[in-house]
Amino acid sequence: MSSLLITGGRVIDPASGFDATADVLIRDGKIEAVGVGLQADGIAVLDAGGAVVAPGFIDMHVHLREPGIEHAETIETGAKAAAAGGFTTICCMANTIPVNDSATVTSYIIQRAREVAPVNVFPIGAITKGSLGEELAAIGSMHKAGIVAISDDGRPVMNARVMRRAMELARALDIPVIDHCEDLNLSAGGDMHEGDQSVRLGLGGIPSSSEDVMVARDLLLAELTGARFHVAHLSTQRSVAMVAFAKSKGMAISCEVTPHHFAITDDELSSYDSNFKMKPPLRCHPDVEAIIEGIASGVVDAIATDHAPHAGSEKMQEFERCPFGITGLETAIGLSLDELVHKNRITVTRLVELFTTGPANILKLDRGTLRPGAHGDVTVFDLDTEWTFDVQQSCSKSRNSPFHGRRFRGGPVATVVGGKIVWKREQ
Amino acid sequence: MSAPVTSAKTAGLLGIENLDRTEIEEILERARFFQPLPNETYRRLEVLKGKTVVNLFFEASTRTRVSFEIAARRLGAETITIAAQGSSVSKGESLVDTLNTLAAMRPHAIVMRHAASGAPMFLARHLHIPIVNAGDGLHEHPTQALLDARTILDHRPSLSGLRVAIIGDIAHSRVARSNVHLLSKFGADIVLCGPPSLLPRELANLAPGVSLAFRMKEAIQGADVIMMLRVQLERQHEAPMSAGEYFRFYGLRLEHLALAKPDVIVMHPGPINRGRELSSEVADSQRSVILNQVENGVAVRMAVLERILS
Repeated sequence: MSSLLITGGRVIDPASGFDATADVLIRDGKIEAVGVGLQADGIAVLDAGGAVVAPGFIDMHVHLREPGIEHAETIETGAKAAAAGGFTTICCMANTIPVNDSATVTSYIIQRAREVAPVNVFPIGAITKGSLGEELAAIGSMHKAGIVAISDDGRPVMNARVMRRAMELARALDIPVIDHCEDLNLSAGGDMHEGDQSVRLGLGGIPSSSEDVMVARDLLLAELTGARFHVAHLSTQRSVAMVAFAKSKGMAISCEVTPHHFAITDDELSSYDSNFKMKPPLRCHPDVEAIIEGIASGVVDAIATDHAPHAGSEKMQEFERCPFGITGLETAIGLSLDELVHKNRITVTRLVELFTTGPANILKLDRGTLRPGAHGDVTVFDLDTEWTFDVQQSCSKSRNSPFHGRRFRGGPVATVVGGKIVWKREQ
Repeated sequence: MSAPVTSAKTAGLLGIENLDRTEIEEILERARFFQPLPNETYRRLEVLKGKTVVNLFFEASTRTRVSFEIAARRLGAETITIAAQGSSVSKGESLVDTLNTLAAMRPHAIVMRHAASGAPMFLARHLHIPIVNAGDGLHEHPTQALLDARTILDHRPSLSGLRVAIIGDIAHSRVARSNVHLLSKFGADIVLCGPPSLLPRELANLAPGVSLAFRMKEAIQGADVIMMLRVQLERQHEAPMSAGEYFRFYGLRLEHLALAKPDVIVMHPGPINRGRELSSEVADSQRSVILNQVENGVAVRMAVLERILS
């Protein structure tokens, strides 16, 4: 158990409403105090002068590819990329090989993470066996083993009856159901957002409605079952409106958006660069605007990366043959600062919420705050240092980022997990 | 973040959209020089002597492939044609590896057809050899649009103000996209017509001067040019309608021609399906310029290859 004194930063803890220049003392892995002029003999000191000191950031949607797809990422490399991106906690999706649909796989991931991951790793279990959408997975056993939510991310449950049963079970276990909302019949053959650009480029389109109809279905099923329901990587203006409506009715609904969905649009696809290919696809300007308004108004609860590493050879093909997904852990804070804070769409405090209390509340994690007694997880980031993202230097095993070479203003400075500095920016 | 759009002059010919009017006019003018006189064949020149052109066809093609071969040889170049079937591609070699292997043999240009939209743009970012796009997926088929423009200009003084109806499977047609870009740059009125599932609304935003019609009579009214497209069954997820119904509503028959300008010309990129997109009577009528298109294909491709290689 480590101890650390973080001095002189602007401490922002949305959970307790704290926002002032102060020191944070972590003793034996737990927050001991937040205050001015804290003294502690024989404890390592991290000077955070000029930077923001926040509760450890949580990314509730990543793909670590282990077990089974270790040539693209491992629990170790993915967790290191998370640390380098300022995250202290990540939740990994179930679409590994084998799928995380049993307590055995869940336990393997947790055990492996304890051995090699510098950050906290919480697995998300599959909804159905093999994520085939037919028969429910061993959800109760996985819950006992440590999953924090269920999702068939990437292979959404098409059968509404199966989804209903999953929601009923999740409600009893008090875990959220996370859905990658996509009607696979409407999106079949699609490689990018359906619109002017897809028609111009001659690429198959994925209509916004393929997301919207599933968000609508799931909201109705959540109402039917009383389950806590979470929309993963929401990308369309209609979905923002539907989630806002459900929330206004008092339903236990939440949603996340990814940095790439508010930072760039389908205009980028003209290059046929497969690093712009992901699901949901990059949408168009009105969707981006609606998402950012949703972030500002509180409809959006969390920012999550959907970090989806793919080996280089898989992305070096004809566009239509390339797999969907991009990496995102190391660029999330930079993109959020650039597109949301520096453009005066939200405050820094709201940004911290989206990465801390937002996901912690959805998953009911006892993290995301600097209150005394809490886990000693801290993210230190600054608002103004200019830096360039070089994908070749990424801690991830994969290189499929569309943000290689992009200049950022502000980003992660240090990542502290349980009082231990697990990553620090090179001076 | 996007790759820079390479200039057609230096990097080959990837599409019509990024060409400017002057470049197009120069190619069309030069193609006229290459057109054969009646009862003669194409000129034979030696301007590309010592150059090697690789024709790499990942998708079946007869007319475009032969047309490029004849064009290159008439300019004195050597040509090698590789069909994807029977090559290392069918043994699982990736597109990048295939092209890298070919590039190591130092050809002067690669003429490429591929079923995936954007495949030549993808390769142009990784290779330093000029690539001529001979059709990529649903995206562009630039030399087809150039030969179509050459053919229209053989019958009309200018493209400006012409009413051109393009009819058929627009959604899956690279020929339609390239033609829309080209005709729009010269101020033509373009009507796209087809069944709803093959005529996405967004096509109206493809370029200035484009309008959409579901009814054939509306599209043909007052047309100077009618371009019929092949129904690309191989690219469709589901057939929009039966063959019989398609011909009934979107097949071109003699009675339609009365609605168009008296000197209307009928075009088709081939291969034609008689009784599917157009009736035999139309295909063989005086208004049909389908064989002129084929002839101009060689002339235009000579102009393109000469421009890129000499």
